[in-house]
Amino acid sequence: MERIKKAFLKDSSVNVLSSFLAVAVGLIVGFVILLISNPSQAAGGFGAILRGGFADMRSMGQVLYIATPIIMTGLSVGFAARTGLFNIGASGQFIMGAYAAILVGVKCSAFLPGITLCIAAMIAAMIAGAVWGSISGMLKAYCNVNEVIACIMMNYIGMYLVNFLIVHTVFDSLRNQSMSVPGNANLPKLGLDLIFRDGNSASSANGGIFVAVIMAVVIYIILEKTTFGFELKACGFNRDAAKYAGINEHRSIVYSMAIAGALAGLGGALLYLAGAGNRIDVVDVLAPEGFNGIPVALLGLNNPIGIIFSGFLIAYLTIGGFNMQLYDFAPQVIEIIIAIIIYFSAFALLLKNYIELWRMRGHRKPAAPEAEEAAT
Amino acid sequence: MEYIIEMCGVTKEFPGIIANDDITLQLRKGEIHALLGENGAGKSTLMSVLFGLYRPEKGVIKKNGEIVEVSGPNDATRLGIGMVHQHFKLVHNFTVLENIILGVETTKRGVLKMDDARKQVMELSARYGLEVDPDALISDITVGQQQRVEILKMLYRENEILIFDEPTAVLTPQEIEELMKIMKGLVAEGKSILFITHKLNEIKEAADRCTVLRKGRYIGTVEVSDTSKEELSEMMVGRKVSLSVEKEDAKTGDVILKVSGLCVKSKVSGKNVVSDVTFDVRAGEIVCIAGIDGNGQSELVYALSGMMHADSGSVELNGKDITNEKIRNIGLSGMAHIPEDRHKYGLVLDYNLAYNLVLQKYYTPQFEKSGFLKYDEIYRYADELIEKFDIRSGQGARTPARSMSGGNQQKAIIAREIDREPYLLISVQPTRGLDVGAIEYIHARLIEERTKGRAVLMVSLELEEVMNVSDRILVIYEGRLVADVDPKEVTYQELGLYMSGARKGATS
Repeated sequence: MERIKKAFLKDSSVNVLSSFLAVAVGLIVGFVILLISNPSQAAGGFGAILRGGFADMRSMGQVLYIATPIIMTGLSVGFAARTGLFNIGASGQFIMGAYAAILVGVKCSAFLPGITLCIAAMIAAMIAGAVWGSISGMLKAYCNVNEVIACIMMNYIGMYLVNFLIVHTVFDSLRNQSMSVPGNANLPKLGLDLIFRDGNSASSANGGIFVAVIMAVVIYIILEKTTFGFELKACGFNRDAAKYAGINEHRSIVYSMAIAGALAGLGGALLYLAGAGNRIDVVDVLAPEGFNGIPVALLGLNNPIGIIFSGFLIAYLTIGGFNMQLYDFAPQVIEIIIAIIIYFSAFALLLKNYIELWRMRGHRKPAAPEAEEAAT
Repeated sequence: MEYIIEMCGVTKEFPGIIANDDITLQLRKGEIHALLGENGAGKSTLMSVLFGLYRPEKGVIKKNGEIVEVSGPNDATRLGIGMVHQHFKLVHNFTVLENIILGVETTKRGVLKMDDARKQVMELSARYGLEVDPDALISDITVGQQQRVEILKMLYRENEILIFDEPTAVLTPQEIEELMKIMKGLVAEGKSILFITHKLNEIKEAADRCTVLRKGRYIGTVEVSDTSKEELSEMMVGRKVSLSVEKEDAKTGDVILKVSGLCVKSKVSGKNVVSDVTFDVRAGEIVCIAGIDGNGQSELVYALSGMMHADSGSVELNGKDITNEKIRNIGLSGMAHIPEDRHKYGLVLDYNLAYNLVLQKYYTPQFEKSGFLKYDEIYRYADELIEKFDIRSGQGARTPARSMSGGNQQKAIIAREIDREPYLLISVQPTRGLDVGAIEYIHARLIEERTKGRAVLMVSLELEEVMNVSDRILVIYEGRLVADVDPKEVTYQELGLYMSGARKGATS
């Protein structure tokens, strides 16, 4: 056990380091762009990004609120990646889950008492997401359709289907949006809104963040500790060997996608049950939270625990971006800066390899200085 | 200076291991020089140093007596060093010609001038007897022809020093003969060849001199003509190795595997790839299925082990019908399977050794408790198997399977499968690509299992192995069993005739 712990600590320190380096590189490039677009305001604007979520207590609450759904979609993408699948369909699964949560929240509010309404809505969202994910999984497993293609198609089908369903079930025709869920369907605030507030303006922080963190831990345990996770990972690494070992590789793929879908679907529920009055717009736009899950998962190196932190980090930068509006920057520039930082975050894996190389060289005896020189 | 390439006192260390320890390799102009060593002896590392992929801690490389700096593959190419890798580096949907000129295309204002290249390639092909169709796609030609393309690639780049990395591992006996001829032709034309291998027959046949490495150390360089195979293998392994297999007569027991009328249809063509195959395997005997590759051996084994659907016929294991059962149920009924492709089927390369060792058992109560894996037990069990089967790896049970040598990967699979204590052990090409020491070990293990009273069904493409190890030989040709013979009563020539379908024997 001691040895396992040691090895884990060593590897994870490299992982953490590489993720931080990736973000640092992103920030530097972002700063350069700020300098180019508006030199006089660059320092202030950059400061706003850096201060980001720490600007005040309300901002910190907003970080929690924004992080919640992208941690969930990040988990969805990361979990699928660990089992050898690229789930680019988190967007469709997310919106299906969101719709299911709103539907249950609105339609069942009369007869489901207290917290059960909220739980029922979350379960409905997970089921809807799981169904949506498993369709891509089944296409992959039984018809050999590449999951990327299937997922992309399911994103659009999901989006249009939800728009259609909203109009026929929970439509608010004045706003051209879905209805928002009644108050008793919302996630409990658990006092977070009172802690994270700035004077009278409360943040949208709510109990959803705990749900997200708990799900990350659950996924970590499934992947690392259980027989089920062992099978799913074996399938992801080598489908043929998994089959040879008697693992039903078709079923494993479907399960992987169903779980990934359930996670994204729950993400949808956590956003629309947040008590911030969120509604689904009836417009032809794919839910961006689904795609934001991809950099979150990449930056977290597909590790569920890492994904919690990368979710927080990206939420933090997003808040920083809002705060940048105080300075004289076009909103597009802000978007670009955030995008660049996220983009560079994706280099975490690359940097990890470099760090490992560097670490290996550090192990080498100092007897070969000329080799050291030549290698650099 | 008579040496075209010299590597003097090369030392290369990796964390925890000295891969090359003061190694000297001298290649004369116009010779075939064999580099002999077991898996993990440091042959690949030495070649990577020669190609500038690794920088040695000590030692120099000389060409024609002058010290040269090799800091990357481009330098190696400039020095005229070319290599045919064990796994070919070809673009499968390009033609032969396109592959040969890839990277050194002759162009005119950015437009390819294929005609010149074609003329040159055809010239080379005629001169060295390397017949290829320049317009065939790589994916359509045989492995032997692909190798010729690799050789042509080196010749087209005017390389003088040609390195062949285990070139015969993927070839049929006929293709090997052909390759030997080509290699001799190349040195006759003034090229120098470095021939990496662990097959002694080939060294005796083709090489002039031989350098032997063992566990990263330089053992010596000998004239092949003055050295016997036994001496070479002793230099390589470090102890006396019996090249023939010793075993007592089989004491056969009950019928363990009973196959009757088994047919398997190809998914692509719909034709029978295994047709009407009937045979038994008894406890305590090794039955070997011999045949030229692609005559239905693989499909037969897949059908037996549940990995492929049998269209008709039946398979009984220990009296229980297991035809088209689930793979796991077949395993639980007492069949273990050492698959032919250890990377594709046998191992999850990204899992560590311990995980791979429990790949067939992780779900049993020994390793699982209410859905959770018992890690302590997994690692304890892995250490036990590592000890029992002498599996060597850098970090013990925690070594990623990918980083282990081929012989030790195979040992791990054999350990896992034998430890399932099966009634029937199916073993497909268990020694493919392995060195003498590992082959000896694996044969001994299979015979040990058989002597313990297990039934062993082996598939092998190597006649020598078939003749040495088996108690009974079944020959398969175009999906049918054409002979059922006793290895003591049959000659190589006869087997060859059965295998090529020229003769049909009486089968039950």
